[in-house]
This record gives sequence, C-alpha cells and structure tokens, in this order.
Amino acid sequence: MGSEGEHVLTMDTLNPNVIELQYAVRGPIVARATEIENEIKTGTKKPFAKVVKANIGDCHATGQKPLTFIRQVIALCTYPELLKSSEFEEDAKERSRKIMAACKGQSIGSYTDSCGLMVIREDVAEYIAQRDGYPSNPADIVLSTGASDGIKSVMTLLLTGGKGKDVAGFLIPIPQYPLYSAAISEFGAYPIPYYLNEKTKWSLEVSELERALADAKPHCKPRAIVVINPGNPTGAVLSKENIKEIIKFARRHGLFLMADEVYQHNIWAEGAKFFSFKQVLQEMGAPYNKMELASFMSASKGFMGECGYRGGYAEVINLQPEVRAEYYKSISAKLCPPVSGQTVIDCIVKPPKSGEPSYQKFMAEKAEVLSKLKEKAKFVTELFNSIEGISCNEVMGAMYAFPRIYLPEKAIKAAEAAGQTPDSFYCFALLEETGICTVPGSGFREEPGTYHFRTTILPQMDELKTVLNNFKTFHLNFLEKYK
Amino acid sequence: MGSEAVQVLTIDTLNPNVRAMRQTSSVYTRKAQIEKELKAGVEKPFTKVFRADVGDCQGGGQKPITFIRQVMALCSYPELLNSDEFPADAKERAKRILGECLGNSIGAYTSGWGLQAVRADVADYIARRDGHASDSNDIVLSTGASDAIRAVISLLLTGKDGAGRAGYMISVPHYPLYSASIVEFGAYPILYCLDEESNWSVSLGELEMSITDAKTKCKPRALVVINPGNPTGSVLSKENIREIIKFAFRHRLFLIADEVYQHNVWARDVKFISFKKVLMEMGFPYNKLQLASFMSASKGYAGECGARAGCVEVINLEPEVKAELFKILHVKLCPPVLGQAVLDCIVNPPKPGEPSYDRFIRETTDILSQLRAKAEFVTDVFKSVTGITCNKIQGAMYAFPRIFLPEKAVQAADAAGQAPDVFYCLELLEQTGISSVPGSSFWDMPGTYHIRISILPQMEELKPALEKLKEFHLNFLARYE
Repeated sequence: MGSEGEHVLTMDTLNPNVIELQYAVRGPIVARATEIENEIKTGTKKPFAKVVKANIGDCHATGQKPLTFIRQVIALCTYPELLKSSEFEEDAKERSRKIMAACKGQSIGSYTDSCGLMVIREDVAEYIAQRDGYPSNPADIVLSTGASDGIKSVMTLLLTGGKGKDVAGFLIPIPQYPLYSAAISEFGAYPIPYYLNEKTKWSLEVSELERALADAKPHCKPRAIVVINPGNPTGAVLSKENIKEIIKFARRHGLFLMADEVYQHNIWAEGAKFFSFKQVLQEMGAPYNKMELASFMSASKGFMGECGYRGGYAEVINLQPEVRAEYYKSISAKLCPPVSGQTVIDCIVKPPKSGEPSYQKFMAEKAEVLSKLKEKAKFVTELFNSIEGISCNEVMGAMYAFPRIYLPEKAIKAAEAAGQTPDSFYCFALLEETGICTVPGSGFREEPGTYHFRTTILPQMDELKTVLNNFKTFHLNFLEKYK
Repeated sequence: MGSEAVQVLTIDTLNPNVRAMRQTSSVYTRKAQIEKELKAGVEKPFTKVFRADVGDCQGGGQKPITFIRQVMALCSYPELLNSDEFPADAKERAKRILGECLGNSIGAYTSGWGLQAVRADVADYIARRDGHASDSNDIVLSTGASDAIRAVISLLLTGKDGAGRAGYMISVPHYPLYSASIVEFGAYPILYCLDEESNWSVSLGELEMSITDAKTKCKPRALVVINPGNPTGSVLSKENIREIIKFAFRHRLFLIADEVYQHNVWARDVKFISFKKVLMEMGFPYNKLQLASFMSASKGYAGECGARAGCVEVINLEPEVKAELFKILHVKLCPPVLGQAVLDCIVNPPKPGEPSYDRFIRETTDILSQLRAKAEFVTDVFKSVTGITCNKIQGAMYAFPRIFLPEKAVQAADAAGQAPDVFYCLELLEQTGISSVPGSSFWDMPGTYHIRISILPQMEELKPALEKLKEFHLNFLARYE
C-alpha cells in the first residue's frame, strides 16, 4: 500500500499476466501501420499511396461483400416494420419472424439465455448432424461472442487453480493463432508447444506431440490439446488419418480436445476435405466417442466474413451433467452473446434451401466469395514459391499464406542490432518501404532458426497482384542489400 | 493418466474458481422448468410466468426507440439508404458510421476499443453531462458494460494468491457480476454493507471497517460503487460520493463506478451525479484518482440488452498502462459493431429540428415516465404490506423490499435445505407464477431477507401481479405465524 493518492494501477502493479501477454495480429507492427496511415493523411510523402493491411483476417475490410440473405434477416429482425416491404424476400421474412418469436418480448433487444436462443442452437445441431452424419444435441451447443469468447470460456473450465507445476497445461500448435498463447498468459497457465512439420505441409506428428507432452509434464498438469483445422496461420488441412492419430493421442493421455474449426468453409486444395473432429471421433466408436471435445465455429470467416457481428458457437460434447451445469453457470454472468451475431450464425448453419426465394442469390454470392478466395489461395502460393529466398506451403485452406523466408546472415545480424526478431525486422522494413502490413512469424511462434510472415489472401485480386508485385521487388532488394 | 481415465473434467478437476462461483438462483432454474411445464399443458394456479427477475426491458414489453432501430437497420442493410421510409437524420448517422468502418461494412472488425467517431460522441456526451472535458482516448466501447468491467477488474489482479490476492471492495447487496468475476479470477471480495435504514447509503465507518479487516487477507486494489444502485434502487447524494472519493484517495484505491442506470432516476428530489463530475469538482489531488465509469445501452430508455453495447471512461491511466489495456482489448478483436452504433444513438441522439427529434422525445419520455410511475407504484405497494418494508425506488429498475419472515418459515426453509429467502421466492413462484430474485443472490446481509422485483413489466400486468404477491405474502405470514 503506497501513500495516499498515488496511482493504484502502474506498470509495477498491473496484473503481471497482462504484461506478459502478446497478440501479434494487432501488435507493434500494426500500431506502426496505423501511424503511417495517419502520416499519409496529414500529407507526409511515402514510397506508396496507402497502407495495405494484410495482417488480420477481416474479409469485409478488403472489399468482400456480405451475403444478402444474412443482412436482410438482420435488418428485418432489427426493424420489423420492414416485414411490410416488398424489397425483402419471403424466406428472409420467415426466418426473422422465427427468431423474433423466440425472443422475449419478440424483440432482439432482449437478453437471450446465456447459451443463446434455443431455436438457433437447434439449427446449429442440425447443421452439424447433416455435415457429419452423426447426431448433435442442441444442449451441447453454446453460442458465443465470436469463437474467441467460446474458446476462452472452455479454457477457463480447464484451469486448475493451482500454482507452479500444478498449473494447467495446454498443448498448442507452433505456429498458432495467438489467441491461445494470449489466453494462456492471461490465465497464468502453461503453454505446451508442439511443432507442426513444415516439410510435410504443416502436418501434425504424433511423435512430436509425445515429445512436447513429455517435456511439459514436470512443469504443469496437461489438460487439453488445441488443434486448429484448417490451420491458422498455416492453411493446412488435416487428413482424416492425422485427426485419428491426434484423437488417440489425446485419449492415451487423458486430454480434453479443443478443435478450432472456424475455417471449415475455407478449403481450397484439390482433393482436400474438411473432416470435423466430431465426425472422426464418432466414426472411431467407443471409447473415443466418449471423449470430451469442444469444437469451435465463427461467423467471421467462411464465406460470410461477418467479423463485426461477433457471432460464434462451441459444440461441447461428453461433459458430465454437473460439469455442464458449472459451464453454463460460468458464462451466465456475461448475460448472453449479441443477438444479431446469433442471427448471423443461424443464417449460416441454416441457409436458404433450393426452391426458396433467396436460394439462388445466396448460392451465387457464396460461390463467388469462395471461388475468389480459392483463386487467390492458388495465386499467392504460386507467387511466393516463384520468388528466390522464399518457400511457401500450399494454402490448402483458411485465409492466409505463411511463407518461409530464408534470411541472409547479414540481415539476421542487423535485426539483432536493432533489437528485433529477424522476421519482425523484415516485416517492419516491408511496411516502411511498401506499406504492406503483415504479421511476423515470431508472433505465431515458429521453429527456432526459421523465419516466416503471415499475410492474408483477402485483398481483391487486382490489389493483391499489385501488392505481391511490390512485395517481390522489396524482397529481392532486401536479399541484395543484405547478401 | 492411464487408459481408464476417460473424463478430463469432473467436479473435482474443474477449475475450483468456477466451482466457487455462486450457483444460478434455483428460482431462475425452476422458472425455466415451469415455463416448459406450462407449454406442455400442465395445470398451474396461473397461466403464465410473470418475469420480474431480469433487468430486461424489451423482454417485458418495452418498445425499442425508432431512431435507434432505423440506424441499426440502415447500417446492416445499406440498400435502405435509398428508401423513402427512413428519415434523413437516421440515414446521415448510418452513413457516418459506415464511413468509419473498413470496407464501409459493419461486418468488418473495428479497433479493439471501438469506432473513433462513437468514442468521440461518448466523450462529448460525458462533457455535456458533467460540464467537464472528456478525452475520447479515455473511452473504450465494449460488449455490454459487463465486458469492460471484467477487463478493468483483470488489470487490477496481482498474479499472486493468498494474502497477495487483489481485493475489491463491493457492496452488500450488489449486482452479482462483480462477485462472480472476482471469484472467477481467484481474487478477494471485500464486502461493505450499505445502510438500509438510510436508503442504502454508503457508510464511511462501514468502508473503514471492511478495509481494515481485509488488509490481512488481500491487497485492496479497488472500490466498486453502483450508482444508481442495483438491486437497491438508491441514488447516492453528492456528499456521499465525495466521502467515497476521499476514502478511495486515503486508501489508494482504484474507483469503479457502475453508472449503467444513470438515465433511470425517478425520485424528484434526487439527481444523478457522476463520480467523474464530483471528482473533477473536488479538484487536486482527487482529480488525479484513477476512475473507471461504466455505461450501458441495456438500460436507460433504450433497453437494447441484446445488442451487447456499453462503454467505460477510464481516467488517469499512464500511457503505458493504457497501452496494456488496449492490448488485451485487441485479443477480443472488437465489440459488436451494431452495438457500437446503438451506443452512438444514445449518447448523440436526434437534436431539435432534426426529422427524428419529436418522435424520439415522445418515445423516450413515454418510456421514462412509465418507469417512473411504476417505480412509485411498486414502492407504495410494498410499503403498504404487513411484514414488508421497502426503501423508495429512487432509480434503476428494481424494488428490493425486505421481508420479515416468521421464525417458523425460517425453520421450514432449513428443513427444506433452502436459504429462507429462496424458500419464500420458490413458494411465490409455485403459487403465483411470479419469478423474482432472492436477496441472497446479491450477497445479502446475513439475517435479513430481501427479494428483488423488477419494475419493467407493463403496468397492466404489474398491478395484478403485485396484488397476487400481496395476497401470497399475507397467506404466507398466516401459514407460518
């Protein structure tokens, strides 16, 4: 307790877990990118006209259009007077009526149950059952404020409340979407990194899982394994065989399975197919189909890209009833996820059907978004692989390329001198010279001695081409400069 | 862990902090069951549940504000900007918001602390309200006030346990988000009792006693005040606020002012004064205190609970500390953009002369005057019943009457394995269909029993419901005398 009136919250007294936490997707490089944007606004001359934010998986930000059906349903729910308007399709009206009828006071301005509207949870369960060929129970579905919120809620359950080596350990892939490491830091838990194998298209090797777990056991209580499929930042899509091995590994070691499947609609590679952990688990039968599994999905990705609505859900299976009750209790203080976000989820999991008025337009819009993304995935992969000093695994799925850059020794030394990781040094230089904002691979963690960066594949194709051209020029100059 | 161990999560292995969180009220759970039973055609002494439990305005039949919903619809479906059905000012507002959004879509992420235009509008609102400047860089938009409250609480954690844990002073009674979050984070709730006799005011003596007692058990870091009060409905006097501020200064505490009901003041002899305003008026050194003040779109006159929109003004944070706050906000990506639009409409409503102004004033006045009438009515009803006392509902959306339970009722409750107020509320629910919240859910004072009744249902339903409650209560007294 210091003297009267001194600040309570200072860098010395701030929650140390917060200080430790990092989230590179919006880290220092993004702050610099914003600074540069402001500099351009105030007339400062730059070697480029604008900053291209290729750091975050934000679809609409780069010109992707929302799907008409989704926005119609939301507009109708928001302003029911529009039900009288001929501008809106009948099926959109039907859907909005169904949702509003489920709301207290028939208004989306009411709180829903903490788990979300039951009619939407039922639709989610039906979607999952159709997708996988195995039943899904609406009681297992919990809607959330984006997938991130659902993920943190499940992680909270798994914490041990202990300290030191009794702290909960979470297996996380390297490289990983840094929500996981950030949440682990915030919770004071223990990250157990397992390296994905870049040489084999970022596949997961069980031997590596075993290694990671064995190394971690003296330091924590391993509780869960996080798998991101399709991968972020890697873009890898796991084979069914790979998923089976992971499930067996988790079973062997008594681990809770956490499957981040937010990119399940974003599959690009020929022959690649998305298999949900749930489906594989069920197929494997007993005892695997009794394992605890949380699978996460979002409204922010796929073909909808409705990031700003904060829609998402988790399907959490095989919880003991008392544990489920505790889970529901733990989320009840947050009241409920945004009802418009819940509505977006409903439109995604239960889209217009063939014969319904919005069907054709919906399918056309969806196909357009997905085919453009597929084209860009291919283009970006090829481009990166054609440049000297870069190799890039195929962007099989998701929305990012994660190329490996082979940095000359001089560049690495220059980075050290500047107090930066080599890929940060590279990415900052890229930003300053071309305006392209990417995320250094170190933000996702990577195998020591390797350097990467993550770029989204989201900008519109013509902009993407220009951007990658500028990138190529920068890269070759960089190699030249530090050779 | 061998192949025999199937369940990772059992009651024993679950996060003990989650286990320590209080259970959802059994009344709430039973209500949900009863609603199902009614749907299935089970005979009851009532035809529907009367929801007087949650502070859910529109759930109780309150209508949304037209301007707000128009702006929301225009933002979601910008094709409507071409429609004659929408007034020019709503279109202007939607265009302004969409113009700030990347890709001009509310489907894009905003920064973690919300759209700059909305933050600026919030700052303007605060400055107008208080007569003291507000910096938009101190404003953080959030997923309901709840999310910002939890973020601020988490900043103040110490990372230590036992006596090194962060302690947060919180009133008895209080809105249970605070204790739930404090327990979830493994921190320490420092309880201070509000004084029911003096309209739930904050007693300095009580604050001093609580913090002295707590110092051996934790590191006191913050003081939470809810004004207007939930569940109490009290509105603090300026003098009381000044005393609280001086106390916080003396003990070097971060002030957390939950002011979500600032638009809900009913008693004509009291006024809402923000902690920020009083702090500024008190001048140096008090105006250097760290203060977080919370607002929400869920209350007031908008009642847009489902939008999950709120904000916090956090003052006197050092820039590096603020950067840390912004960092954790980034991980959540952003609050719902539609909710940010709602908040914007509330802090920057239509002005005189603008097309939506008259209607806006009519609708908001209507809602607020109805709530005022209900606040007065409900207070009067409770004051008139034997065995019940009730402080005047000066603000917020609830009555929090005290029930004097006969000894036999307390014994019957014990026998049923229930807290006496829960016992009472369950009986009330079973016999009348009225769903309330037992006082113990708010960490009530031991030995006293209260029940929280929301004043939100429409007057036509509220009147008969309170008649039934009165009848139930007198029967209950008779049964257990």
